[in-house]
Amino acid sequence: MPKRSDISSILLIGSGPIVIGQACEFDYSGTQAIKALKEEGFRVILINSNPATIMTDPEFADVTYIEPITADYVESIIAKERPDAVLPTMGGQTALNIALELDERGVFARYGCALIGATVDAIKTAEDRELFRQAMEEIGLASARSGVARSVRDAEAIAEKIGYPLILRPSRTLGGTGGGIVEHPQELIQKVSQALSASPNREVLIEQSLIGWKEIELEVMRDLKDNVVIVCAIENFDPMGVHTGDSITVAPIQTLTDKEYQLLRNAAIAIIRRIGVETGGSNVQFALNPNTGDIIVIEMNPRVSRSSALASKATGFPIAKIAAKLAVGYTLDEITNDITKETPACFEPSIDYVVVKIPRFNFEKFPLAETTLGTQMKSVGEVLSFGRTFSEALQKAICSMELGSAGFDREQWARDLGRDEVLEECRLPRAERLWYLGEALRAGNSVAALNKTTGIDPWFLSTIQSIIEEEEGLRERPLSSIEGDEARSLKQRGFSDARLATLLRCREAEVRERRRALGVLPSFKSVDTCAAEFEAFTPYLYANYDDHNDAPPTERRKIMILGSGPNRIGQGIEFDYCCVHAVQALRADGYEAIMVNCNPETVSTDYDISDRLYFEPLTLESVLAIVERERPHGVIIQFGGQTPLKLAADLAAAGVPIIGTSVEAIDIAEDRERFSALVKKLGLRQPEGALARSVDEAVAAARTIGFPLMIRPSFVLGGRAMRVVTTEAELRSYMQESVSVSHDRPVLLDRYLTNAIEVDVDAIRDGTTSLVAGVMEHVERAGVHSGDSSCCMPPHTLSDAVVAELKRQACLLAESLGVRGLLNVQFAVQGGKEIYLIEANPRASRTVPFVSKASGIPWAKVAARVMAGKSFGELGISSLAGSGPKNPPYYSIKACVFPFAKFRGFDPLLGPEMRSTGEVMGIDTSFAGGYARAELAGGVQLPLSGGAFVSVNDGDKEEVVPVARRLAELGFSLYATAGTAAFLTSHGVSVSTIQKVREGSPHVIDLLGSGKISLVINTPEGHGTFLDSRSIRLVANELRIPIFTTVAAVAAAAESIALLRVPHERTVVSLQEYHSRLG
Amino acid sequence: MKGMIPAVLALADGTVFRGYGFGAPSLRPSVGEVVFNTSMYGYQEILTDPSYAGQIMCFTYPHIGNVGCNDDDVESGRVFVDGVVVREVSAITSNFRARRSLGEYLRNAGVTGIGGIDTRAVTTHLRSHGAQMGALFAGDRIGVDDLVSMARAAGSMEGKDYVKAVTCAKPYAWNELPWDLARGIQEVPFESLVTRPHVVAVDCGIKRHILRLLVDVGFRVTVVPASTSADGIRALRPDGVFLSNGPGDPATLDYVVEPARALLGTVPFFGICLGHQILGQAVGGKTFKLKFGHRGGNHPVKDLATGKVEITVQNHGFAVDQGSLPNNVVVSHLNLNDGTVEGLAVPELRAFSVQYHPEASPGPHDSRYLFERFYQAVVGDQVHV
Repeated sequence: MPKRSDISSILLIGSGPIVIGQACEFDYSGTQAIKALKEEGFRVILINSNPATIMTDPEFADVTYIEPITADYVESIIAKERPDAVLPTMGGQTALNIALELDERGVFARYGCALIGATVDAIKTAEDRELFRQAMEEIGLASARSGVARSVRDAEAIAEKIGYPLILRPSRTLGGTGGGIVEHPQELIQKVSQALSASPNREVLIEQSLIGWKEIELEVMRDLKDNVVIVCAIENFDPMGVHTGDSITVAPIQTLTDKEYQLLRNAAIAIIRRIGVETGGSNVQFALNPNTGDIIVIEMNPRVSRSSALASKATGFPIAKIAAKLAVGYTLDEITNDITKETPACFEPSIDYVVVKIPRFNFEKFPLAETTLGTQMKSVGEVLSFGRTFSEALQKAICSMELGSAGFDREQWARDLGRDEVLEECRLPRAERLWYLGEALRAGNSVAALNKTTGIDPWFLSTIQSIIEEEEGLRERPLSSIEGDEARSLKQRGFSDARLATLLRCREAEVRERRRALGVLPSFKSVDTCAAEFEAFTPYLYANYDDHNDAPPTERRKIMILGSGPNRIGQGIEFDYCCVHAVQALRADGYEAIMVNCNPETVSTDYDISDRLYFEPLTLESVLAIVERERPHGVIIQFGGQTPLKLAADLAAAGVPIIGTSVEAIDIAEDRERFSALVKKLGLRQPEGALARSVDEAVAAARTIGFPLMIRPSFVLGGRAMRVVTTEAELRSYMQESVSVSHDRPVLLDRYLTNAIEVDVDAIRDGTTSLVAGVMEHVERAGVHSGDSSCCMPPHTLSDAVVAELKRQACLLAESLGVRGLLNVQFAVQGGKEIYLIEANPRASRTVPFVSKASGIPWAKVAARVMAGKSFGELGISSLAGSGPKNPPYYSIKACVFPFAKFRGFDPLLGPEMRSTGEVMGIDTSFAGGYARAELAGGVQLPLSGGAFVSVNDGDKEEVVPVARRLAELGFSLYATAGTAAFLTSHGVSVSTIQKVREGSPHVIDLLGSGKISLVINTPEGHGTFLDSRSIRLVANELRIPIFTTVAAVAAAAESIALLRVPHERTVVSLQEYHSRLG
Repeated sequence: MKGMIPAVLALADGTVFRGYGFGAPSLRPSVGEVVFNTSMYGYQEILTDPSYAGQIMCFTYPHIGNVGCNDDDVESGRVFVDGVVVREVSAITSNFRARRSLGEYLRNAGVTGIGGIDTRAVTTHLRSHGAQMGALFAGDRIGVDDLVSMARAAGSMEGKDYVKAVTCAKPYAWNELPWDLARGIQEVPFESLVTRPHVVAVDCGIKRHILRLLVDVGFRVTVVPASTSADGIRALRPDGVFLSNGPGDPATLDYVVEPARALLGTVPFFGICLGHQILGQAVGGKTFKLKFGHRGGNHPVKDLATGKVEITVQNHGFAVDQGSLPNNVVVSHLNLNDGTVEGLAVPELRAFSVQYHPEASPGPHDSRYLFERFYQAVVGDQVHV
């Protein structure tokens, strides 16, 4: 069927900020969809609040709205743009939920707008647990015994019927937020209450626990002619009970016969037909009893998903792109397979390798939070790896994780525990379980015992066992005893050079030398969708140690870009955005762009982004092998965050032609002593600081500098273990408990700048001239990690003179460091004029996409071209030299989103350690307007009235007075506990006093529960948080009452509230419109 | 590798792949046409499919043997491939239905495998240079040059009749049903079959799942040797004739084609794979050898009547030449990858056939409706009479 001729414009709903359970895979799918739809000549309108996405680049969609993804805003956009159709299947659960809400409001009918990709009925049947169960029953498929509870009483009745253990799944939540396993009747009431409050429609599915069953997923596509294909089948290494996003997964299925697999395939096809997804992709999850083969349907997602992104990367079949084409009327047989070019997309990929996905967690950032994995997703990123065998793919995946692990190398863990204890460690699924499995086997446990303890299939376990056995056989042998065949066989099973070096007690470089001498070098094979049956025209490659090589390198001028690896807090989509821009710019300039990355969620690992894609770990070993094969003219390490930077020195030493800012300059910026010397030479000012290599040194330094102090270990990412300490006792406890200090790993102490405004400045230099791309004034005061602060561009309170001085200093630093490319500088401004330099990073920082969207100039592209040798003059931007573009006639505000809801028990406080997973952007003609949009986009609905509970530490009391007064003027009733209340009253602000918890009922927690409070202002009282303060935050978080933990943020919010209280028409302005207003 | 017997796969063009032996020890070299199959699942069904007689099977999926072998997933009474080429033989078996390991299974079957081979290298070689003969040997008694010579001496699949070697010796009735998870493979009592329409299945190397589906759709089935004459078939008073899949060059099978031609028009005909090529010849068409054949479980085939696409199971090295077909023959299905004929029908003769394998086993079940179509053709005939 040809494409539909009755529609010409389509609104695509994005997924918004990166949160756990909904990450940059939706940028990948949305970007593919937009490209596909534009290719077909449709006018594409996009809404997505996330500025770090490629899809929101102004040249992608015809019209781009960076607005909050709420039904109100989407309706306003529909009213303005009058799209013929809305495509909601590319933006995750967020987009589907909005589509349902818009349908309920009658918006589609009112504006004559068609919903394409999925019908309302299909979405409802798939999403509503009970409708879904009934639908499965109709087609003869079993689902878990279950019941839907809308109250705790319902839950008790259902639990009686099903028995324990049982699983809670709140409906319509992302990544299963609020879900969990209930083992005993005693836990039921508490866990059900939590689950009910997490569900937007207060509904929880309670179902039979299938712990120990296999979990299997199929990615299905269907077109209007009812052609159905299975793109990929994925087997979870972790059995049922662990959210699939948190499970290690393997494709294809390893432990089912064809007969069993076909039962799943038939079921998946029956399900997509019954649910009624007529055009597009769906993900179907099954549980399979490993002893009988019985199948239970778990769920079906009528949209592209994290798994479909994984399946696309694993097979080379672009699910989102094809789903978009199906949504506009094409059928699968009318679409060509991009990789083979001659065969149609109507087929099922066959793969001749194994892929392994391992999720990446960030539990270290959330102390006290529950670390056992369950039905609620907790991982923040993932890696995917390819190997010819499971052993190879698994060990490559481990190396891709960037956890400092080069294989099954956690012997220490087992050494500390006995044989039985290490086995016991494996019982509960945790982030480190994979390594514990290896150590349990090393300690002498059998595969059978481990299978019994964990439910993990013996096939997977026995592979780990052979790895461990091989390792033990190698231990203490001399490197020289490894000959060619054995070396090749080891590499074929995925042993990294680094791991072999440890086992053979030599250096990694020596292993590499030995391999080279023996001629044991990797070959590179194509991911081609067809197991080599047809020729592949897309060089999408992975390394292995078999003979055959696909896609020999070309003779073109080429530049290689190193990606940012798995997403983690502190290094996420922003870096992939920069890499993609670099690739685009270099391709446009005629270079062959070669991308290296191992993150399946990203746009950069889409096969048609770069000229050649190497899906490989970002380790020295892998990168060197690719460099040796490709012999690129330049390698860019500036765009992938810390990941490529960590390799910089070794790559440079190996003669790899790194382009852009020199490794030497990067080292100066990273090395505190060298950097301080430079700052001093330039006559700039840094907060007073010191390096300490022992507790005594730290205490002595603290006495000189004075408290409060900002303290952190050297060489950290995202503010790991960074903290503000206010007393010597706190300092001692930090030094003794929180960090391991040594001569090589000193801690850094800096004077903490109280109440200073922090500013990010992004600069760029072409080697001879510098210019400032953007200046961002933070909302939260210095001390909150820059990645967790809201910020405004251009600055809204700093004086022009200060901004000009900040720009001068940034350019001076760029020049003296010899930057070629990007430089991010963080400043603190105290008292409106005292400027302190906090740090400088001569690389792309996470602010680059925001600055680019705000300023209308794609700075990462400029940087890539500069690194490849272009000057500002050649790029036509010499007029921007120095202070950069003029201030835009609008304000762009960035706000952050946090995963606190997923880490129950963790105090939702902002601090010097970064904890946000994503960001949103709000643009408006005023700061307050932009801030309101950004807050809403980040999920915070600012209240326009009600009660405000105020409880701040002594240091903040002075500052909170005007804010409290402002809120009172706006009609809020103020509540505070005795101390704050007295202070406010004495400053003429009227406030009701409420008792602290220890003072007895009715106390503050009761008040929060009463529904009278619509806003909480609570700032922490030193690091040893007092019980009240912490529990207020936890309860507010639980009850979803907007909570502000800095006075600056609530001051900004008050201005937004004032603005929102004035009756006004909601305006929506596209990014392209904003950019057209730039001078 | 430690404790493993080195093994060699030598192709007729002199290309040599080295690995290690598994399965049965090599008593003599296994010589056959080296082909590759891209199915990721179902190696046991493939190994026992008689259509693979005379061939050495290279699996493109690198892990083979993970789920071992069981008693149900067999398409015939024995292993028919002459040799097995894999990247990695699974060290253990893990599946609730497994009875023995792949190695043990092949050992019992007397078939040698070679592991540790870069099967992608073999596949791309065959893709670019075409299917060719090969010789596989585990051990060092025979030199590589001798193996290459043996492969070369084996000539080509063209002109080879393997049907004689795989067809049944005498007629037999069938009563098994398709595999079911809960019940395995069940049988229908023969006495309850007597009233059903009767299909005579000409066995050129028939897969059991075809027979099971014929019973399942409602037939009484009698299997006859490929050499059975038209009179011999007529004597069984069939309501329909089924022409089965099988190995070798279809152009060598006049003794099957002729009786089919004689019977066409008297009862409905249904052919699968080799049976399709036999039907094609019986109605006047010709066959030709494909460069490297189609073997796998993911080929898209379009039903030209409905426009719908089926994901099909394929296993053929020859195809019916579309240009050679007379006007009364309708090409009903086309392969979307290379445009070759995948199905034909002669409405006036109530005969139809498909090049691919609607019985699957292994592979997708998309095309099983064809058995129902055959049943309707036969039943409709009876109503007419």
